[in-house]
Amino acid sequence: MAAADKPKTRWHVAVFLAPAVLVYTAVMIYPLFNTLRLALYSEVDQERIWVGLQNFRTLFGDAIWSDQFWNALANNAWFFVIHMLVQNPIGIALAAILSSPRLRFSAFYRSAIFIPTILSFVIVGFAWKLILSPIWGIAPGMLDAVGLKFLYQPWLGKEEYALTTLSLVSVWQYVGIPMMLIYAALLSIPDEILEAGECDGITGMSAFWKIKLPLILPSIGIISVLTFVANFNAFDLIYAAQGALAGPDFSTDILGTFMYRTFFGFQLQLGDPHMGSAIASAMFGIILIGVCIYLFGIQRRLRNYQF
Amino acid sequence: MTSSTLKGALLATTLLGATAAAAQQAELTIESWRNDDLAIWQDQIIPAFEAEYPDIKVTFSPSAPAEYNAVLNSKLDAGSAGDIITCRPFDASLALYEAGHLTDLSGIDGMSNFSDVAKSGWSTDDGSVTYCVPMASVIHGFIYNKDAFEEVGVTVPETEDEFFAVLEAFKEDGTYIPMAMGTNDQWEAATMGYNNIGPNYWKGEEGRLALIAGEQSLTDDAWVAPYRQLARWGEFLGDGYEAQTYPDSQNIFTLGRAAIYPAGSWEISGFNNLADFEMGAFNPPVANAGDTCYISDHTDIGIGMNAATENAEAATTFLNWVASSEFSTIFANALPGFFPLSNASVDLEDPLAQEFISWRDKCESSIRSTYQILSRGTPNLENDTWNASVAVIKGEESPEDAGARLQAGLASWYAPQQ
Repeated sequence: MAAADKPKTRWHVAVFLAPAVLVYTAVMIYPLFNTLRLALYSEVDQERIWVGLQNFRTLFGDAIWSDQFWNALANNAWFFVIHMLVQNPIGIALAAILSSPRLRFSAFYRSAIFIPTILSFVIVGFAWKLILSPIWGIAPGMLDAVGLKFLYQPWLGKEEYALTTLSLVSVWQYVGIPMMLIYAALLSIPDEILEAGECDGITGMSAFWKIKLPLILPSIGIISVLTFVANFNAFDLIYAAQGALAGPDFSTDILGTFMYRTFFGFQLQLGDPHMGSAIASAMFGIILIGVCIYLFGIQRRLRNYQF
Repeated sequence: MTSSTLKGALLATTLLGATAAAAQQAELTIESWRNDDLAIWQDQIIPAFEAEYPDIKVTFSPSAPAEYNAVLNSKLDAGSAGDIITCRPFDASLALYEAGHLTDLSGIDGMSNFSDVAKSGWSTDDGSVTYCVPMASVIHGFIYNKDAFEEVGVTVPETEDEFFAVLEAFKEDGTYIPMAMGTNDQWEAATMGYNNIGPNYWKGEEGRLALIAGEQSLTDDAWVAPYRQLARWGEFLGDGYEAQTYPDSQNIFTLGRAAIYPAGSWEISGFNNLADFEMGAFNPPVANAGDTCYISDHTDIGIGMNAATENAEAATTFLNWVASSEFSTIFANALPGFFPLSNASVDLEDPLAQEFISWRDKCESSIRSTYQILSRGTPNLENDTWNASVAVIKGEESPEDAGARLQAGLASWYAPQQ
């Protein structure tokens, strides 16, 4: 034992770690493993029985379940793609603009852009539903005022637009997070490097592309993986805006709403905790794979520059 | 120790002395999710009962609707639930009966006041045992704006052709949105659409029971025809109905912007407070003049007895009283739109509620087709019906395809349909 070699046991390490470990175990680790365990059972005649991987076989093999699962996964992927293509570039652009020393009122802009992030998803979902409403909303009126009324559609009610619309609402809400992280990374770039670049004739936009962007790549990597985890765990906005059936015709159904509907039941559909856990386990697996790809495939290739 | 026992004994004698009648007085507690009705129970229903049976004391103790099933289940398991249980219809209560929490009430006197349709919500699948006294139902139909009908010069439609002629007239006139309904929340399309107009096609109970027995299927004409009518509704709904929610529809109608509202009777009291125009109602139009009409008279609230109660006798007295016309009259007038299910005649004061309940005399009653037995499996027929009704209204799925899809889903788990 290590303790025998050392003069005394470091009890204080255990004591200081204990609260965090206990709380984390109680609210994260135990529920996680219990969910994985629950996925291996089923209920027959009011009794819980061990069925092994049967729930997963149903989920992936039975067309009724697998169609819904792949639909939710595809929607979830699209949800993620929109965030990666819209939220993160906008966040980086905003951070680059905000970090410019010549910009006035930058603290005001920073707060204004960040505030939606701290709003409750219920408020965001409800407010955007009202804004876009064909009946009371201001969107049709505003488009009408600039002569673009023909562009208006009841976006949340159309299968082809609903998911993209909700993704963009989510982007609007969370764009402050990449902005803040990149902003912090940009501020940490020492002026000497930029000045040295200036001496070599690299100024303006090319300074951003050639000096700043490579230096903030690790932050962008972290943001991407945070976005990935958040998007594949998403549930709240869709539920607040479209309900548990994720209408129209399941076009906004993502893994979170699919899991909720199955686990807790909906209207006359009785809840099935075991199939729900199977879906939750699948979600866990998907996120785990995604994060592993990032950690082993991408992060190890990123280089950290020490200043 | 001794002194406290003595004190307890003294206290007990004092209490007994104070209420001489206490020896026979039974106390009943009612579990319910209708916390909206707390005042009505405390001020009207319970005093009326206690006046008649002074030796029974009743307490109404509701919990929040969304939590009711979970709260009730844990109370029943812990043995702390009240003597009287308000019953949700169909599977939720059936599960309680099967778990031994609800008493078989088939034999009590009051049960003879109810028809089989009324009892179907709280009976075992074969109908042999009824475990809750049916209390209230909601009726589907159409509420209309009388002023708008006068202005445009149309009369209440009785047949389907007349119905579409009225809608067409409103569409041409342009002042009013012909019909206030949206598809965003999905359930309206199924509950106020498909299950509202459907019974006329599948002949109410006859078709519903045949579907459960496996003698008819969802691809039969009787079950596809309602979708054909729904497919024609789309053009008469307001602009952007795809994103219109249930509260949007309610507001559009009560603000006087729409002419017709596919409704459930539970809207009556809310609409009475909001609308400043005169409202009328008509039952779902039939195919040809003179056809028998069928209505969805859906069982919604029942009331039963906790099998573990110590006051079974008092509880039976109470349940018999709930089955009486006296209770029905108080309840129906306090909550217009929730109609008593007993066969006893009830005098309603609200004109709109009177209109709704009058259909029971001229039409045959049925309940929503998907509620009994057929929504037990996966895929869930009720949820699929929401989805299909919306798709058909929007024109994204043909009525025949919708029927075939639902049938395939039902047949995948329901043996009589295989």
